[in-house]
Amino acid sequence: MSDAQRRPKPAPVVTPETEPFWDAAQREELCIQRCDACGRHYFYPRPFCPHCFSDDVSWVRVSGRATLHSYVINHRPVPGWEDDGPYAIALVELEEGPRMATSIVGIPNTPEDLVLDMPLRVCFEEQGGMKIPKFEPESI
Amino acid sequence: MPYCPVRVTVPSGRGGRGLQRQCRSGRWPPIIPGVQTRTVVIGAAETDRLGVITDVSPVQLHAEAVRNAIDDAGITRDNIDGVACVGEGPAGLADYLGITPTWLDGTFVGGCSFLVHLHHATAAIATGTAKVIVISHAVSRGGPASSPGALDLANLQQQFEQVYGVGPPATKFPLGVLRYMKAYGLTHEQLASVAVAQRRWSSQVPRAMMRELITVDDVLASPMICYPMHRLECCLSTNGGGAVIVTSEEHARTLPLRKPLVHVLGAAESSESPLASQMADLTSARAYRTAGRIAFGQAGITHADVDHLMAYDAFAHLPIYTLEDLGFVGRGEAGAFIAEGHTSPGGTLPMNTNGGGLSYTHTGLYGMFLMQESIRQVRGEAAAQVPDVRISVAHGVGSMFTSAATIVFGSAEAAAARP
Repeated sequence: MSDAQRRPKPAPVVTPETEPFWDAAQREELCIQRCDACGRHYFYPRPFCPHCFSDDVSWVRVSGRATLHSYVINHRPVPGWEDDGPYAIALVELEEGPRMATSIVGIPNTPEDLVLDMPLRVCFEEQGGMKIPKFEPESI
Repeated sequence: MPYCPVRVTVPSGRGGRGLQRQCRSGRWPPIIPGVQTRTVVIGAAETDRLGVITDVSPVQLHAEAVRNAIDDAGITRDNIDGVACVGEGPAGLADYLGITPTWLDGTFVGGCSFLVHLHHATAAIATGTAKVIVISHAVSRGGPASSPGALDLANLQQQFEQVYGVGPPATKFPLGVLRYMKAYGLTHEQLASVAVAQRRWSSQVPRAMMRELITVDDVLASPMICYPMHRLECCLSTNGGGAVIVTSEEHARTLPLRKPLVHVLGAAESSESPLASQMADLTSARAYRTAGRIAFGQAGITHADVDHLMAYDAFAHLPIYTLEDLGFVGRGEAGAFIAEGHTSPGGTLPMNTNGGGLSYTHTGLYGMFLMQESIRQVRGEAAAQVPDVRISVAHGVGSMFTSAATIVFGSAEAAAARP
């Protein structure tokens, strides 16, 4: 397949309830929601708390610190990832509790280098004209 | 064998089995008061061929499955007043078959949809909404299929998973495996042994696509698809289908049936998040635990009563989750249980005796084949028949760990012995 025919990596298709998340990402801030009634952070974005069902929720900037919870390394790239070699799809656990899927950058995506529970921090990379949150080792 | 607090060796009460299995708590909730599951399977059949099917359209293949099941039952098309399927849609299939239905179910929740249909059918039959229901599944490459519907939370999956390169099931379903390995010490060799065990079964099954015996080394030497899953730990991709026909026990007595009744003793469904990151625990599926607990409770059975188990296996780790989340073994024990041969031919808990999605067939929606093999085993007509199967459990999953359903099938003897 020629480069011209290749599909690029997709940008997120933003929906109304996720707009604050992606707006923050464009400012290179990781923002998720916290329930003002029960005090818990949650992810993915919703206009009410999935724990206590309260509407009393706020967008807050979180620390960006996380640990590597689990991952796979895909050897059969989907469109857009053909030039990357085997790449990790990771689940990270934010310091504030919620988990999210992400990419791990700044470190080879191998079983030897990707050690569960290793400390990570958020970073932002452009993809399809938008900045999206990814994670890198805290030690680099 | 490592010490196991939930498996105790006792003299076998039946069928020469040496182990008694218990759920972790040692008991299940009582049968739900007032609920009588009176549904029976009267017909069950697969399509003539499994594999690559290009000369039959998708709905044509559905019709083949249904007609085979009608023949298997010994009834006529005109007995049927309920239709459930996905892909073509139940109204479309009813029209194609010339059925005037009074009950339709097109619920699409991934590969366990057909178990969910059977669960729903038990309610329809109990209330008389339908008398005889056919549940059909077929996938062919003989033309485009109707759409089964978009992913649940498709927008959110796009924004929060697909932008990171999540694509086919292999890139998502095994996301918890490394966490499971760290939590419980599951080895790559034990994971590979799932595929080895199932090939021991499929080697006895002429219709299975993969029948050559394999070793753990073969599995680990097969190409890496999505670490830690090798090709032989991922399911096949085939065409084919099947259909199941159910009715009430009372109505069944009025029909000129050809096969012994297979009773539906328990049926349940549940779901968890469509986003992998939102599973409460990556090492255990809430939907599995919920559906399993309810189905076992309805059936009034313990694990010691289960003679045969079908555990959906799109990937090799799923039977491990099934064994633990349904309570056949304790947490972290299933890898060793399978590697030691307890689910293989001659083992205490024969599992995936058609070879499973890894070796028999996998149409992308494998649940129909779970039920077919459970029904064959209870009838005593399976290719790799387990002696004296009175109770068989079929447990399916859909769209990663998003949805799950459990069916407890029983022989007439098992149904008569219900408390």
